[in-house]
This record gives sequence, structure tokens and C-alpha cells, in this order.
Amino acid sequence: MSTNSLAKVQQYLHKNIKARITALLLLPMTWLVVIYLGSLAALFITSIWTVDDFTNKVIRTFTLENFIEILSDRAYLNVTIRTLLIAASVTILCALIAIPMSFFMARVVSPKLRPVLIALAITPLWASYLVKIYAWRTMMSPETGFLTWLLTPFGIKSPGYGLISVVLALTYLWLPYMIIPIYAGMERLPNSILDASSDLGAKPFKTFYKVVLPLTYPAIIAGSIFTFSLSMGDYIAVQIVGGTFQMLGNVVYQNFALDLPFSAAVALIPVIVMVLYLTLIRKSGALENL
Amino acid sequence: MILSKNAKIVLTILMILGMAFIYLPLFIVVLNSFNSSISFSFPPEGFTTSWWSKAAQNSGVKQAIITSIYTALGATAISLILGTLAASAIARYKFFGRDTLSLLIVLPIALPGIVTGIALNNVFTNYFGGLTYFTVIIGHATFCIVVVFNNVAARYRRMGSSFEEASMDLGANRIMTFRLITFPLIRSALLAGGMLAFALSFDEIIVTTFTAGAGQNTLPIWIFQNLFRPNQAPVVNVVAAALILLSLIPIYMAQRIINAPSNNN
Repeated sequence: MSTNSLAKVQQYLHKNIKARITALLLLPMTWLVVIYLGSLAALFITSIWTVDDFTNKVIRTFTLENFIEILSDRAYLNVTIRTLLIAASVTILCALIAIPMSFFMARVVSPKLRPVLIALAITPLWASYLVKIYAWRTMMSPETGFLTWLLTPFGIKSPGYGLISVVLALTYLWLPYMIIPIYAGMERLPNSILDASSDLGAKPFKTFYKVVLPLTYPAIIAGSIFTFSLSMGDYIAVQIVGGTFQMLGNVVYQNFALDLPFSAAVALIPVIVMVLYLTLIRKSGALENL
Repeated sequence: MILSKNAKIVLTILMILGMAFIYLPLFIVVLNSFNSSISFSFPPEGFTTSWWSKAAQNSGVKQAIITSIYTALGATAISLILGTLAASAIARYKFFGRDTLSLLIVLPIALPGIVTGIALNNVFTNYFGGLTYFTVIIGHATFCIVVVFNNVAARYRRMGSSFEEASMDLGANRIMTFRLITFPLIRSALLAGGMLAFALSFDEIIVTTFTAGAGQNTLPIWIFQNLFRPNQAPVVNVVAAALILLSLIPIYMAQRIINAPSNNN
């Protein structure tokens, strides 16, 4: 392109804000809409198809049998409820651990120590996902694990692999995703507001409860997007530390090769839950805290 | 905020317990890589370095590391370009549908990995002739865009537009302004976002399971395949320990970036 025409393009972009935005968004939006949304759409169209019982080939005719099967079979309802309960427990546990830690780091410790502590607290984000679940496999091993060694002298039996270890492993996995937004939210609070609260006679706990928590609420919700969604779709932790029970991800994974339409229909459950969740919280300003 | 002594003590204890929860499992994995007992009994029976030398000679591990690095580099490059472009538009202009677009960028990481995984798998295998080297990179880039976007968008919001306006008022064109003003200002955000994207891709297993072609075993896939084989247990544990120790490098680098004078957050 000659310098002259380049200058013309620049001039045009300079005057025309819409053209500038379009030029910037063209590539990323093509990628996300065509590749990502396109694939999602193709998957969910598959959910209204079915497979041939003998050849396992997908038959492209409209049917609601996958959804009828999911809604009529109690087993799938149980898996859904169990998965949602696990995701909710993980989210609550993460928040319970992350709130006091973030408050300590953002408001109590000296500014010098602060970056060191926050770096230490989010280190696990960089450690491998699989390594972290593996770490809980060694922690929870019923014969030789650390927890068995720790609890046996007190006469308590280690829970071993099962529901508890899945919740613990998932909490461990997603905790940094909760700490980062909450810490950032608490660090942003202006001192004047906290001082005003105590000047008006509020004890520290009341200030925390009435001022700090409501103001960091969007940050907590932002963290919960990750802890909830990532827990809901997980099927690997269950395989490694879960023993025998199933989550939604396991059902999707098991049916994926032989009955993709059914698998797609099950996969729609976490997607619907997450889309509902995201639309509900969009107004709370949580998405700006991600 | 003025806290009573008791409140400080309680908070300190909670902080220590939280840190113990974070570090104990990782510490035990590293400890077990030197544990002479093959079943990793706790407390360790004796000290050995033989698992480490055994792992260093394992060709499967080496091959997996190389595959992982190439995949992560490809995904990082794509997400750096797309994430920065999207952030340049969304963080600096107001336009119709902006909220929806920021939601769309978050979606690949907000939706469960298995959904993204089977969706891409379905399209790649049924409509585009199967899984290859590139399908993994495409899959990874899709969810890596958001981390680059977040870092760059946050930087744009903080720095405002006055520097760029000043540059253009003084006669620089857009390309020159980007090269001399914008890029130096967002460089550390790009570095941080790029590192996060690399780590995210290097580590990913779920989307990888569904988008990797035959023989494209990344390190997480290798670990998962060998996790339940008792005779491979010590090698898997050494790889896990090595990954934990390696994860200290990005922390160190991130610290350097955060403490750099150009970035006052």
C-alpha cells in the first residue's frame, strides 16, 4: 500500500469512530462468533437429534427424546442436584476461606508484606490443574495419605476418596479465582469510608459486616462465576479423588462417543444454569470485577 | 481501619490456616518425589533421588513437554492478537452491544470446559475432517483470549486516553502513536496476559482431551494416562513435583512486572 493511500485509510479511521471500532473488533469477533458460538450452536442442534441404536450413527431428525429421557429418569435429576450442590459448596467454601485472607492481605498487613503475601496466595493458580488434584489424591489416600496420618491419633477415620475429597479438591483448585477479585475489591475500598464507619461508632466487626462486605459483594460474585462454573463442569476430579459417584460432566463424557445427541442434551444443563447466572449478575457490576 | 488486638489475632490465624491449606498438598507432592516408598506412605520411609533420574530419562515425558510448549506458544500468539484488539475497542469506546461482547469474551472460560470441548470436537471431526495439531491450538486460543483481554482492558481503563490524544495533537498519526505511546504503556499488561495465557494453555486438559489429534499428547494428557498405573506412580509424582517447582518462575516474573515502575496498581 502506498503511503498516500495509507494516509487516506488513517484519515478515514480518524474521522469515523464506527469504522475504527469495526476494524478492531473484526478479527476477535469473527473468531468468537464463528468458531466458538458456531460450535456451541452445532452442538445444541445435535441435542434434538438421535442415534441409530445399532450403528451409533447420528440421525438428523427432530426429536425430543433426549430431553424426555433426562427429565423422566430420576438418576439424571439426582446427578444434576448433586452437581449443583457440590458446585455451591465449593463456592461457599472458597468464599469463606478467601474473604478473611483477602481482608488480612488488603487491610491488615503492612503494605511492604502485601505483594509477597498476595503472590504466595495465588501461587496455586500457576501450578498445574492436574497436579493439584493429584496432590489431593496423595493427601486423601485411605491407607498411606497425610490425612490418615493426621487424624488416626485422634481416633477419626480419614474420609478417603469420595464426596468430601471432591469438594476439598475442587475448593483447592478454584480458590485463587476467588481470592484475586475479592482482594482487588477490598484493596480498592477508600480508607475514608472505613474511618467514617468507625467514627460513627461501629465496631470493627460491624464495619466489616455493614460496609466492607456489601462493597466487595460484586467482587465475591465475580469470583463465584469461576468457582461455580468450573466445579459444575468438572469430571476429572471425580475420576481421580471421587470414588464411584458421578457428576454431570461424567455423564456427558461417558455418552459422548456413542450417543453425542444425548451427551449434548446433558451438556445443556450446566450451560443453561451458567447463562441464567450470568444474566442475573450482569446488573450487579460483577463482570467488571473479573 | 483500626482493629482490636483480638480481631488481628483471629485474622492472622485464619491467614496462616489458609496458607497451610494452599501449601501443604503441594509440599507433600514435592516431599514424595524423594520418598523411597513406592506407595508414598506418610511419613516418608527414606530419602532417594532415583525417581528424579528415572523421570529425566522418560521419553514419553520429554515428548509431552515439547508438544505442550508448541501448543501453548501457538495459543498465546493468537490470543495476544485477538485479546488486544478486542480490549482496544471494548475498553475505550462506548457502542451498542458492548456488554454483550464482553460477555461473549468471558463465555469460553465461564462455561464448563467439557461443553467447549465436545462442541469443538463435534465441529472439527464431523465437518472439518478430523483433529490435528491446529485444532488443539484453536481450542486453547478460544479460552485464552479472555486473560489477555482482561489484562489489557484493565490497563486501558487505568491509563485513560490523554497521552494518546496529546500525541495526535502534536501531529503523530495512529500508527506512530501506537508504536511510541500506546504500546509501551500496555507492554507489561501484554506480558502478564501472555504469561497467563501460556500457563492456562500449558495446563489445560479438558478441552485438550477433545481437540487433540491422535498422538498429540500434551503433558497433562500424559499425566492423566499414567496416573492410575502403579508402576508409573513415582515418575508421575516427579513430573508433578517438577511442575510445582516450575510454577515458581512465573510468580517471580509476575512480581517483577507488578513492581516495575510503569505499573502502579
